[in-house]
Amino acid sequence: MRIIFVSPDGSERSISVREGMSIMAVATSNGIDGIVGECGGNAMCATCHVYISDERLKSLSEEEDELLEGTAEGRTSESRLGCQVKLTGDLDGLRVRLPARQV
Amino acid sequence: MNERIVIVGAGQAGFQLVLSLRLAGYGGAIVLVGDEPGLPYQRPPLSKAYLLDKLPLSELIFRPEDFFVENRIQRIAATATAIDRKSRRVLLDRGDAVEYDRLVLAMGACRRELRVEGADLERVHGLATLGDADRLKSALRNGCRQTVIIGAGFVGLEFASVARHLGLDVTVVDAASRAMVRAVSPAVSAYFEAYHSQQGTRLLFGEGVGRITGLGGTVTGVETSSGQLLPADCVVTGIGVIPNDVLARDCGLEVDNGIIVDGQLTTSDPNIFAIGDCCNFLFDLAGTRCRLESVQNATDQARLLAARLAKGEHAQYSAVPWFWSDQGNLKLQIAGLAAGCDEFVELREANGLSVLCFRKGVLTSVESINRPADHMAARRLLASASRRPTPTEAARDGFVLKRFTADATAQNMTE
Repeated sequence: MRIIFVSPDGSERSISVREGMSIMAVATSNGIDGIVGECGGNAMCATCHVYISDERLKSLSEEEDELLEGTAEGRTSESRLGCQVKLTGDLDGLRVRLPARQV
Repeated sequence: MNERIVIVGAGQAGFQLVLSLRLAGYGGAIVLVGDEPGLPYQRPPLSKAYLLDKLPLSELIFRPEDFFVENRIQRIAATATAIDRKSRRVLLDRGDAVEYDRLVLAMGACRRELRVEGADLERVHGLATLGDADRLKSALRNGCRQTVIIGAGFVGLEFASVARHLGLDVTVVDAASRAMVRAVSPAVSAYFEAYHSQQGTRLLFGEGVGRITGLGGTVTGVETSSGQLLPADCVVTGIGVIPNDVLARDCGLEVDNGIIVDGQLTTSDPNIFAIGDCCNFLFDLAGTRCRLESVQNATDQARLLAARLAKGEHAQYSAVPWFWSDQGNLKLQIAGLAAGCDEFVELREANGLSVLCFRKGVLTSVESINRPADHMAARRLLASASRRPTPTEAARDGFVLKRFTADATAQNMTE
């Protein structure tokens, strides 16, 4: 399966992913610079903020919801933490928009 | 640009500096010297997810090999043995040397060794490096049933959770009077102690270690200072770290519990800088010198220094410190510095606790257990020039830190 990262300037990168990885792990292991992931994916730091508009996604957990209050770039209804979105097989083709800043 | 920056230390700070330098457009040569084999990796998961096989090595490393090739980062696996400031060279244990125009020391800290009889026995483990974690993991897979953990700090208690999860019999010994005594307020210690006890971990405070006993070279137990014998087939020590500052001291740089740097992370030599756990920096925010051991401090200092080295920006380091620890179902997040705090206000709910820590009536730190909203609010509040709650306000019924922060920061904007 693949997912697509969309940079703030509109440029896109399609990346082949292994099922079960998080968006954050995919980004850091593929050199997507728009994601920091400072705490290593423990839902501690909110530096893997992404925007996703896709009905296939599971809804926010309370923890993710609370951490999203602390993102560097403004939160919207599409805000998610990349470390909390696990890439299951049904998310093929997911489009992930990156914020301009994470810290 | 023919300039060359040499970074000694390939941990969180060293790696972040490399990344931030290239992101900032630095076009000179970058040499990253690290004394561990393999690619730079994250340390926090070593005492948690990595031990439980929930995080593979491919996700523990910061970036794959390609990153370093594509970004023209020369990696050297060697130990730096000396700095020759006159000729601007770092000498390596393998016999050669690397020349620098500017040098960054990001050497971190190393485990404090337990100096008692038996500390060198088989199955006495430390837990700071990937090598340490791999050795411990292999011991856990090969029949460890009973562990004694020496030190009730972050690492010791994180490992206690892992060990209980794996079904081991667990005892934690610490000479201090309570858990994580250097890092958290008494209420947070008590919360964690209750949790670990409930998980079946035995906690012994006010007990030092007399010696570690063994048979045929392998550990059999720990004898406490009061003479209690605690049987164990695996011992893990987590008694803190000491900054790696010898290299700096030996070349004449000022050193005092870490490498002394100013508020812009420069040492007493204008071409040498220090960041992360190994540096003791002037911190306006705290009104004093600080040496912090944390991911946040390492990465924020690396970003500030990268802006300086790549773009000539001169900014004072002023990031609000934050820390975290994961222990079983408890998520501890700390914002700010609690040193010298004399007044505490507790915000409790069914499955969590936040403690607001005040020094002379001023909020300087917030410790949160399973209350990420409080933690994020605290970080925002402490970073802003907004009004902070007084102890009286915080103690009022119905006080919500998130709401206070939203109001205070909005007010600050309109003023």
